[in-house]
Amino acid sequence: MVGRLCLAACLLAGLILPAAAEPPRRVLSVNLCTDQLAMLLAAPGQIVSVSYLAQDPTASAMADQAARLPANRGRAEEIFLMRPDLVLAGAWSSPETIRLLQRLGIPVEVFPVETDIAGIRANIRRMGNVLGRQARAKALLARFDADLARLADAPPGPRPRAALYMVNGYSSGRDSLAGQIVALAGFDNVADDLGLPAGGVVPLEALLLSGPDLLVEGRRYPGSSRAQEVLDHPALKALSRGRPAEVMSDPDWVCGTPHILRAIAQLRDARLALQARP
Amino acid sequence: MTAPRYPLLIAALSLLVAALFLASLLTGPAGIGPGESLAALFRGDDLLALVMRELRLPRAILGFLVGAALGMAGAVLQGFLRNPLAEPGLIGTSASAALGAVLAIQTGLSATFPLALPLAALAGAALSVLLVLMLAGPRGGALALILAGIAISALAGAATSLVLNLSPNPFAINEIVFWMMGSLADRSMLHVWIAAPFMLLGFALLWPTRRALEALTLGEDAAASSGVHLGRLRLMLVAGIAALIGGATAVAGTVGFVGLVVPHVLRRAVGASPARLVPAAALGGAAVVLAADIAVRRIAPGHDLKLGVLTALVGAPFFLHLILRTRREGL
Amino acid sequence: MLELRALSFHRAGQPVLDGIDLRLGPGEFVGLLGPNGAGKTTLLRAALGLLPARGHSSLAALPVRERARAAAYMPQGREIAWPMPVEALVALGRIAHPHSASAADRAAIERAIAALHLDPLRHRRATELSGGEQARTLIARALAQETPLLIADEPIAGLDPAAQIDVMRLFRRLAGQGHAVLASLHDLGLAARHCTRLVMLHQGRIAADGPPEAVLTAQNLARVFGITAHVAPGPGGILFQPLDTIGGGAP
Repeated sequence: MVGRLCLAACLLAGLILPAAAEPPRRVLSVNLCTDQLAMLLAAPGQIVSVSYLAQDPTASAMADQAARLPANRGRAEEIFLMRPDLVLAGAWSSPETIRLLQRLGIPVEVFPVETDIAGIRANIRRMGNVLGRQARAKALLARFDADLARLADAPPGPRPRAALYMVNGYSSGRDSLAGQIVALAGFDNVADDLGLPAGGVVPLEALLLSGPDLLVEGRRYPGSSRAQEVLDHPALKALSRGRPAEVMSDPDWVCGTPHILRAIAQLRDARLALQARP
Repeated sequence: MTAPRYPLLIAALSLLVAALFLASLLTGPAGIGPGESLAALFRGDDLLALVMRELRLPRAILGFLVGAALGMAGAVLQGFLRNPLAEPGLIGTSASAALGAVLAIQTGLSATFPLALPLAALAGAALSVLLVLMLAGPRGGALALILAGIAISALAGAATSLVLNLSPNPFAINEIVFWMMGSLADRSMLHVWIAAPFMLLGFALLWPTRRALEALTLGEDAAASSGVHLGRLRLMLVAGIAALIGGATAVAGTVGFVGLVVPHVLRRAVGASPARLVPAAALGGAAVVLAADIAVRRIAPGHDLKLGVLTALVGAPFFLHLILRTRREGL
Repeated sequence: MLELRALSFHRAGQPVLDGIDLRLGPGEFVGLLGPNGAGKTTLLRAALGLLPARGHSSLAALPVRERARAAAYMPQGREIAWPMPVEALVALGRIAHPHSASAADRAAIERAIAALHLDPLRHRRATELSGGEQARTLIARALAQETPLLIADEPIAGLDPAAQIDVMRLFRRLAGQGHAVLASLHDLGLAARHCTRLVMLHQGRIAADGPPEAVLTAQNLARVFGITAHVAPGPGGILFQPLDTIGGGAP
């Protein structure tokens, strides 16, 4: 009864209050990627909670920092009880939850999925605006651009070919963030040749016959699953024999943050090693 | 006389299976000429040889074995229960075998001891066959059989989902589709080595039951009085079906309706004899699964279409047709 | 050929068979009579070892394979699961002889088909035949087993009069050739005319056992069946005609 009264009262309050012109003080993020962008830009104490995934070192590049914050699982009720004055969500967050939060009067900013450098830059700039941290965003962008320019130094001419091969036989092409990382590191992507620019399941047979110069394997997760069994297929092992292979470290690959520079650097090193071979 | 027609039928089915096996070997996303492909099977150690020996050969072998296992299991179950609706998928055997296999994978047992995978699937299958025989034995009738099958399938399916949901591995949940719909994509020779002995054992156990199945046409009493040892038959049946379905499901997931449709289509051609139906349905099942596996690769090459999707699309309407006919005949 | 000693069977605590003693020798065609529920089917199944009965049955004591060569059985339920041709169904009788030569099998099947006049039906699907035709097919199947003893549970139920007489004559002929036949029957008239011996079952016990005229007495008929009947010697055997029920006595 009391809870319902409070709900009604809070709802009313949320409706009556004018949109805040000053920076939000209680920012809550429900998406792994907005978690990290927000942590990179926010003022101390400005974030009240990040998603539980941000604390998972197998998925998040900023798990240590996230561990100091309360975690949420993106459910409307728990979010509401934390009384945020701004919720940050990704394009894949549950639309029902977002609608519900908006009905409760909580502003929600939905960030699109970044699939290229322009998208990452736009998201950084927007996060800066939303958090009222424009100066910080500008500095981050400048450093990102400089580092990127340093890493994306592949010479013109024929490029070696790389194949991404992940759990369930999934691969990604140029229209995905992972594909951008491959391209920026100076590789052509086998998935593009196979007609999967946005990504899809590659039959192992097609992967073998594409004869990639570098095999970039998806990482394995704890616990067993049939899905990652394909990474142990004898034919794949035979392919990677005598061929350089890299393993994707997911935290650097999944979100469009400056952390992708680490992934680019990893593949760039692999390319330099490849090109240094006689 | 139907006698000369029978060897002819077996010969025709064998030819069909051989042709489909060859076609399966020659089907794949990499468009390579048949001569070149087959040559690579026997010599060379380049990528093409790797593709032929480590991908296409195990896939074709498993297609043959899994199909034969499903067809034979269907024919034997129908003969034993004297019910044309009996099928390993419908009576919950496949779902239970899948549960066993999932448990073996999720506990990590199959990683350290590969045979744990088919063994656990076999245990699941055996348990479900025993349960069905208990709940709806030969006297249970079609309705009891189907209801028992629904209950066991639902229970095994739910338990499988639960195990996969609780897995620490983020990809485990994706597997539900595989276990429900079955696939032969990207299997390796290792899968052949761990599953084939079980399926061969199943064939060996069920082959000698043909005479008894034939005698059972006239009921258990008539069979028992013509020399059929019913207790021994039941034991061989449970063990044989469990070995076949356990082995097949462990590597290919649940491929439904093959054991239902194939015996039904071939029954007339063998003069309705349950004994003759056994080898014919094994060959027919092999042909159907090989053909379906070729079809999933041809119809939607880039989409990893599941094998069971195709067999269910063909099989489920068939099942409805069978139910209608069963109703008409007042069985 | 068959010897039962103190054969008893209980179902849910109730005795269905209670101390049956019976011996059958070659040359006998024994009609097993009794009202519904007297225990006829149970007696036949227990004698064959298909039921876990107490007491001794010479057949039940045999290993399964040997039993199949000692006695053939035609159950009461006319179950035919698959639409097999008549000829193939008759051939099922040969399953009891896994090591017999195929020529011997062939001959036995042909004899059985001829004995029951099934030749015109031999390629028809058994499931599409009339009830009487199916019964003849199943009798032929039991004949093809070619055993010294034939046990049949209501073999002539549902047959037309000519077929009933044919089957009874056939069984009598078998007995004449040195076989033995034990058949449960409901038609007392046919039983009286064709059987060499009748066994009357009442509430799980043998109420009477002997030649037809000694069993079908007014007293036995009244006590066991609750009917009166006209029984008289006639040309070619006894004539039997049921007349009336006795108030309250009939089941």
